[in-house]
Amino acid sequence: MSALLDVRGLSIAFPKATPVRDVSLTVEAGETVALVGESGSGKSLTALALLRLLPERARIASGEVLFGGRDLARLGDRELRDVRGRDIAMVFQEPMTALNPVLSVGDQIAEVVRLHQGLSRGAARARAVELLDLVRIPEPQRRVAEYPHELSGGMRQRVMIAIAVACSPRLLIADEPTTALDVTIQAQVLDLLDALRRDLSMGLLLITHDLGVVAEWADRVAVMYAGRKVEEAPFEVLFATPLHPYTRGLLAASPRLEAGQHCSVGPLNEIRGSIASAAGEKGCAFAPRCPLARAACRIAVPDLVSIAPGRLSACPVTTAAPVSEACHAAPVG
Amino acid sequence: MPLLSVEDLHAGYAVGGQMLRAVDGVSFTVNTGETVGLVGESGCGKSSLAKVLMRLVAPSAGRVLFDGTDVAPLKGGPLKSYRRQAQMVFQDPFASLNPRHTVAEILKGPLEVHGLGSRAERAQAAGAALERVGLPRAALSRYPHEFSGGQRQRLGIARALILSPRLVICDEPVSALDLSIQAQILNLLSKMKAELGLSYLFISHDLSVVRYFADRVLVMYLGRIVETGSWQEIFSRPLHPYTRALMEAVPTPGRRRHAAPLSGDLPSARNVPAGCRFHPRCPLATPLCTEADPVLRPAGDGQQVACHHAPTGAPH
Ligand SMILES: Nc1ncnc2c1ncn2[C@@H]1O[C@H](COP(=O)(O)OP(=O)(O)OP(=O)(O)O)[C@@H](O)[C@H]1O
Ligand SMILES: Nc1ncnc2c1ncn2[C@@H]1O[C@H](COP(=O)(O)OP(=O)(O)OP(=O)(O)O)[C@@H](O)[C@H]1O
Ligand code: SF4
Ligand code: SF4
Ligand SMILES: [Mg+2]
Ligand SMILES: [Mg+2]
Repeated sequence: MSALLDVRGLSIAFPKATPVRDVSLTVEAGETVALVGESGSGKSLTALALLRLLPERARIASGEVLFGGRDLARLGDRELRDVRGRDIAMVFQEPMTALNPVLSVGDQIAEVVRLHQGLSRGAARARAVELLDLVRIPEPQRRVAEYPHELSGGMRQRVMIAIAVACSPRLLIADEPTTALDVTIQAQVLDLLDALRRDLSMGLLLITHDLGVVAEWADRVAVMYAGRKVEEAPFEVLFATPLHPYTRGLLAASPRLEAGQHCSVGPLNEIRGSIASAAGEKGCAFAPRCPLARAACRIAVPDLVSIAPGRLSACPVTTAAPVSEACHAAPVG
Repeated sequence: MPLLSVEDLHAGYAVGGQMLRAVDGVSFTVNTGETVGLVGESGCGKSSLAKVLMRLVAPSAGRVLFDGTDVAPLKGGPLKSYRRQAQMVFQDPFASLNPRHTVAEILKGPLEVHGLGSRAERAQAAGAALERVGLPRAALSRYPHEFSGGQRQRLGIARALILSPRLVICDEPVSALDLSIQAQILNLLSKMKAELGLSYLFISHDLSVVRYFADRVLVMYLGRIVETGSWQEIFSRPLHPYTRALMEAVPTPGRRRHAAPLSGDLPSARNVPAGCRFHPRCPLATPLCTEADPVLRPAGDGQQVACHHAPTGAPH
């Protein structure tokens, strides 16, 4: 069985830097895969590369983006344009910058459905109202004529989602879709995305830095650090037995609503230093911050090793995987 | 006597000939050595409240007492003294640091404004402040853009502490930071509090952070405090339907794909609903709620709740 999206060995380069290296990732139909990691670790670039929406001087240096049997990294511009919005859609963190301020939300939705589905003006308008209703915007007949600035942040994000799902895409890429929103509104938006995933049996690639969101809404999780995938696991496995020291550090550093810790009792476990220390590291990029680092860690980038099906980690110290298994893993770096 | 005492404070902005009631009758205290957490949705008035406390926005009614003294009429020397004792740490460390000033200039600035110390003493104090927040003295000659987000927040804290304040208002101090850096900054704030005997008003929209960091919690909704209590009370026995919904909304490991507890958005402060301001979104609202505005009433040790139907154990 082949995955809906199958990214293999993706590297993204700027003239003087390679901020994403050798990232592989799959998403099945109806599955939610979360991509988490430190700010600047390459999550957004990875997402943008899937639809070749990279910033001007960036390019896909190597790798394949297989979707429906085709490599999107090598598809012609015209065919790619058909894929965008119709088969694969994207939602970003800041809906205000992604929406056109001088067009009503109805016109913006209608534009997309007319482009991809060739609907008439009237039919497109009716479809826009339908979509606003689908994303649970109250009074859609009235809202359809409003402009982005007349809507709250949560409503704007729903409009973006309406545009994204207008053509029933098979894959939705959501880059921090709720980071700018309150928890109450975040809950509504995640609930909505998940209902659409189920109803349309859409694959969902969810980029987030919120581990709670991952725990509650993701099926599988990929963790990135300094441009590389360092761990991958089913969500419950990741939370129960995180392997990579970065993942372990993240979980230990997060205050939890249900946990017993309080500042009067003791400090939080922190990860020392910052991701800036990864620059120029020859070996494991996490070594300058890692409590388990040893000399060997600084010599070569550790391989991403398969420990069990769907379970990968790039730290030989914590996995201590049998040599034979390490040899079968895809070479990295 | 509490260090800070806020009494029925009102403040707002004139928008299009209309009054927007950003802070709408808020009362609370902060004791010496205490961290009071302030939570609530975006736009509920948290930063506006902080600005009134810092005397950046004038209140339309109510009082702010610092050490028993009303701060509204302060001028000249006494105002300067208040400004020295109440400092602020902001969310965006980059926007709050002048990019053209070196770290040394940024840290010495407040000392110069307040005419404190000699040249040499100010330089010495800047170095010491930097080391206190975990940055090397060598950083004194560098510029803000040369630092990471977490390091910049350390600079923001060093600047706030250089005047030896007694109260520090932290407005979303860790919201812009990576999780791995959040813990560093929370630990630093905690350490500074213990070492310097500080009191904090700690504003955050992140309930998990407030649960970890606050001694007492204020829950704000549309310009009002709707519930208050110790962190143990608020997080183990939330009474207000809004507080409960806020907690219910936090995604939590161990629970899968649960439905959103609240529908709709925070209404505009230009158009505060009559009666209980939460009633359009409240699952427990009754006709009484649309007519009568509930006031904070005691519900246990120090807990107070403004809801007609919350179980308080006290008659109302
Ligand atoms: N024009 C550029 N030239 C060189 N490097 C760049 C450029 N734009 C981005 N980068 C680098 O690419 C890296 C990855 O950026 P990306 O936006 O993908 O991170 P991210 O994981 O999405 O972070 P965040 O959580 O902050 O959104 C960053 O470290 C950044 O420095
Ligand atoms: N300078 C201003 N002029 C007019 N209205 C303002 C001004 N500053 C804030 N407001 C309004 O006052 C209300 C309270 O805003 P405030 O910034 O205090 O909220 P907040 O709780 O700090 O929100 P956030 O969590 O987004 O920081 C909002 O309705 C906001 O739009
Ligand atoms: S390889 Fe070494 S430095 Fe990297 S995470 Fe593992 S123990 Fe730490
Ligand atoms: S007073 Fe009524 S509307 Fe307000 S919170 Fe209580 S039950 Fe809900
Ligand atoms: Mg990003
Ligand atoms: Mg604010």
